[in-house]
Amino acid sequence: MSAAVATIAEETPRRRSAWSLLKATGPAGIAAAVVILLATLVAIFGPLLAPYDPTLSDLSLSWVAPTGGHLLGFDGQGRDLLSRLLVGARTSILGPLAVVVLCMLAGTIIAVTAAWRRGAVDAALSSGIDIMFAFPGILLAVLAASVFGAGLLAAAVALAIAYTPYVARVLRGAALKERSQQYVAALEVQGASGASICMRHLVPNMFPLIVAQSTILFGYAMVDLAAISFLGLGVQPPNPDWGVMISENQSGIVQGYPLSALLPGLCIVLVVVAFNVLGERLFEQAQKARQ
Amino acid sequence: MLIASLLVASFVIFAAMYLAPGNPIAALTGGRSIPPDSIRILEARYHLNEPFLVQYWYWLRNVLHGNLGISITLRENVSTLIASRIWTTAGLVLYASIIILLIGIGLGVVSGLRTGPFDTSTLVVTAVSAAIPAFVAAIFLILLFAVKLGWFPALGNGTSFLDNVRHFTLPAFALAVSSLAIVARVTRASVREESNREHVQTAVSRGIPTRQVIRRHILRNAAIPVTTISGITVASLIALAAVVEVAFSLNGLGAFLVGSAQSKDLAVVQGISLVLVTAFVVVNVLVDVLYAVLDPRVSLGSRAE
Repeated sequence: MSAAVATIAEETPRRRSAWSLLKATGPAGIAAAVVILLATLVAIFGPLLAPYDPTLSDLSLSWVAPTGGHLLGFDGQGRDLLSRLLVGARTSILGPLAVVVLCMLAGTIIAVTAAWRRGAVDAALSSGIDIMFAFPGILLAVLAASVFGAGLLAAAVALAIAYTPYVARVLRGAALKERSQQYVAALEVQGASGASICMRHLVPNMFPLIVAQSTILFGYAMVDLAAISFLGLGVQPPNPDWGVMISENQSGIVQGYPLSALLPGLCIVLVVVAFNVLGERLFEQAQKARQ
Repeated sequence: MLIASLLVASFVIFAAMYLAPGNPIAALTGGRSIPPDSIRILEARYHLNEPFLVQYWYWLRNVLHGNLGISITLRENVSTLIASRIWTTAGLVLYASIIILLIGIGLGVVSGLRTGPFDTSTLVVTAVSAAIPAFVAAIFLILLFAVKLGWFPALGNGTSFLDNVRHFTLPAFALAVSSLAIVARVTRASVREESNREHVQTAVSRGIPTRQVIRRHILRNAAIPVTTISGITVASLIALAAVVEVAFSLNGLGAFLVGSAQSKDLAVVQGISLVLVTAFVVVNVLVDVLYAVLDPRVSLGSRAE
């Protein structure tokens, strides 16, 4: 009997490495991953790559077109545009990363707890999730900014809170399905504790879905955080951030110097497209693997 | 659920403002020093010494009577200030919703029914435009249609109704772009899925006219996921409108909310947040009702996923 239980326990679904997950997304997925990798490198090394001080302004150079030493020219306040784009990548990419890590952690804990305990705990958590849907992310971030003052941290935490119910709802379904698998019952019979089954088997088996969900949410978080910085409630000028740069240089659009506002906009769109494409492919893979 | 959501939301909004740093007396007097007697009168009038929950109760009662307090920067009733701006936001959201539903669902149905170059280009274009944030769309649209072509004004509200429509066209498209793409993609996917179902193939092979098959068998079944995604995106426009209002200098609720958050005019922030959350929740409830109409298997209160 115990031998039979042991065999079932060993037959846990095959886990896949990150690389095999990525390879399965096809050429579009890999191209997207390359864009994401490049953006991440710029976010890390941007300040080292930047040829000039991104906050050094010289109003006599305002809106000056690209010249030899300044590949992309100057913004409305006479600052080197390329340097600002490179340094601005940091907050533009690390901000969403913080949001995703926070809401995935909270969402996974809620989902797994609900699926594991079932019954009253599940009912309470699920209706809590439903009620939390009442707050759109941007609104919660504006509320946070008016209470704690404008800044990236308050905005990121507010967005993470607003995203958590979405994560929890998707992962709860997957966790319930995983919990009803035979290997979970086998492990319980063997006397493994609930926490250890969840940490060592349940969550790792949901890994493809968690990765896909994080990738898709990263795109949303990037758009929302940039919007909050654009509204003046996130990253504060003169710090460079792609959202801040668009709002600073919006007047240039009407004055005939669109480059300084368009380029940070294009950077955001490029990175978000990459995350959306990769996320969609990963999601398809995760769905296929579940069936 | 509706009442519970609104109660929790109002509680969060009140608690956030209650916890906000700053002395409410100083906010009321504009920072001037006043005699202790006056402070006591103010404390009594605004229930400042009562426990938190009692204060919440007083506040909620006032809100239900339409009294949202007084703006400390403009010295006017918050409800009056909201009433004068609500139609800008409502008009913008409505205009954008119409664009999203007409073009998004239209594109999705056409490209979902037939594979080919149109379908492929729709897929590529929507993949990119789904990633365009509203404020980036705003600067692209201003550059192209206001500065280069001069078809539409770049900023402001407009004066008459027709002028309003002209002024709101670029903002509505900026607000609609990414949601439109998402709605189109979901519509396309569900129309494609329904077209490949066995009962549809059977209907076609029995010689039922294509038009009738599309209408009665494909579109009717595809309507449910399309309603879900349309509901989610249209509801999300309510908060997103703030970004577009700021980008186009429109005098709406969202832009006012952002300005008040910057100047810490908390009564206004509270009031507008409440109005927006209520609108958001009500739209979600309307979508749930629509499900029950579209799909007899769904009973009210349980959302189809």
